[in-house]
Amino acid sequence: MKDSALVVAGMATLSAGTYAFRLSGQLMRARITFPPRAAKLLEAAAVIMLAALVATTALTEGHGFSGFARPAGVLVAGVLAWRKAPFIVVVLAAAVVTALLRILGGS
Amino acid sequence: MIWVFRINYMRSIYRTLERSVLADVGLTCVAVFFIGLSYGAIAVASGFPLWVPAALSVLVLAGASEFLFVGIVATGGSPIAAALAGLLVNSRHLPYGLALPPGVTGRRWARLLGTHVMNDESVVFALAQPDLPRKRAAYWACGLGVLACWPGGAVLGGLIGSAVHDTNAFGLDAMFPAVILALIVKDLRDARTLRAALAGAAVALVATPFLPAGLPVLLALAALLLLVRAPATKASTSPGNEASTSPGNEGSTSPGQEPAATQVRTAP
Repeated sequence: MKDSALVVAGMATLSAGTYAFRLSGQLMRARITFPPRAAKLLEAAAVIMLAALVATTALTEGHGFSGFARPAGVLVAGVLAWRKAPFIVVVLAAAVVTALLRILGGS
Repeated sequence: MIWVFRINYMRSIYRTLERSVLADVGLTCVAVFFIGLSYGAIAVASGFPLWVPAALSVLVLAGASEFLFVGIVATGGSPIAAALAGLLVNSRHLPYGLALPPGVTGRRWARLLGTHVMNDESVVFALAQPDLPRKRAAYWACGLGVLACWPGGAVLGGLIGSAVHDTNAFGLDAMFPAVILALIVKDLRDARTLRAALAGAAVALVATPFLPAGLPVLLALAALLLLVRAPATKASTSPGNEASTSPGNEGSTSPGQEPAATQVRTAP
C-alpha cells in the first residue's frame, strides 16, 4: 500500500458519504408527507432499482458480460421463485446450477 | 443506550417474525459471510493489510463499493477517486431511505445504528413484509445479521487468504442476485410493476458497458415514468386507483399500510 494516510482519507470519505446517503433519504421522507400514491411510487422505485441490480449483477462483470453460468443460475432461481418455491431452494439452486455449469466447462 | 434498544429490538424481532422469514434471513447472512470471505481474501492478496478490509467492512458495510474501492486502489488508482467511485455505487441508498416507511430504521439512538445497517438485503427483506412491525423486524434481523457476517467473513477471509480466493467456483456469485430476485418476485406479479422493472433492468444493462459502476442502477429509475404516467389519466375519475394498482399483491402494499405507519410513529 503506497500512501497509508491517503488510503485512510479515502476510507473515511467512503464511510461518511455512504452514511450520509443512508440518512438523507430517510430525512427527506420524514420531512415531507407523501400522498399514498407517491409512497407507493417510492416503494416501486426501490423494486425497480433492485431489479436492475439483479440484472446487472447476474449478467455483467465490470463493464462486460459475466459469462453464461451465472445468469443461467439466476434464471433458474427466478423461475423457481415465480413458482413459489421455498427461499432456500431458490437461492441454493442459483449457486448449484451456476457451479455445475462451470464444472461442465461453461464460462 | 444503543445496546438497550438493540436488545429490545432483538426480542421483538423474535416475537414478530415468522420462523421461515428468520430462516431466510439466516441463509442470506450465510451467503453474505461467504462473499465476505472472498472479499477479505482478495483484499489481502492484492497487498492491503488486514485492517483495511476489516475497517471498510464495518464502517462502509456495502460490499460492492468496498470491492470497487479495494480494486481501484490496488491497481494504482487514487484512494480519493476510489472513494468517489464507491460513493456513486452507494448512492442508491438515498432512494432506499425514501422507499422505507418511516419507523422501519428505528427512532432516536437506535436509528443511528438502524441507518448504518441499511443495505440491499435489509431493504428488500423489509419491503417484502406486509406491515410495519414485520417490516421493521425483518429489516433489523437482516441488517444486524449482515453487520455480523460481512465483517466476520472479511476478517476470516483475510486471515486464511488465498484458500478462499475463488468463491465463484461454488456459484456463490449467483446467490446475491437470486436472494434479491426471490424477495421482489412478489411485487413483480403486478403487471405494471413487472413492466417497469423489466424496462429499468434493460436500461441498466444497456448503460453498464459505458457508465461507471453504480450509475446504471440509478438510471433504471427512469422506468418510474411508466408508473407515473399511466394512472395520471384516470386519477381525476377514480379516487381509489392507488389501491387498484396492485391487485393480488398478497397485501404487501395494501392501502392500510399508511395508517399503520402513522400510528407507530406517534407511539412512545
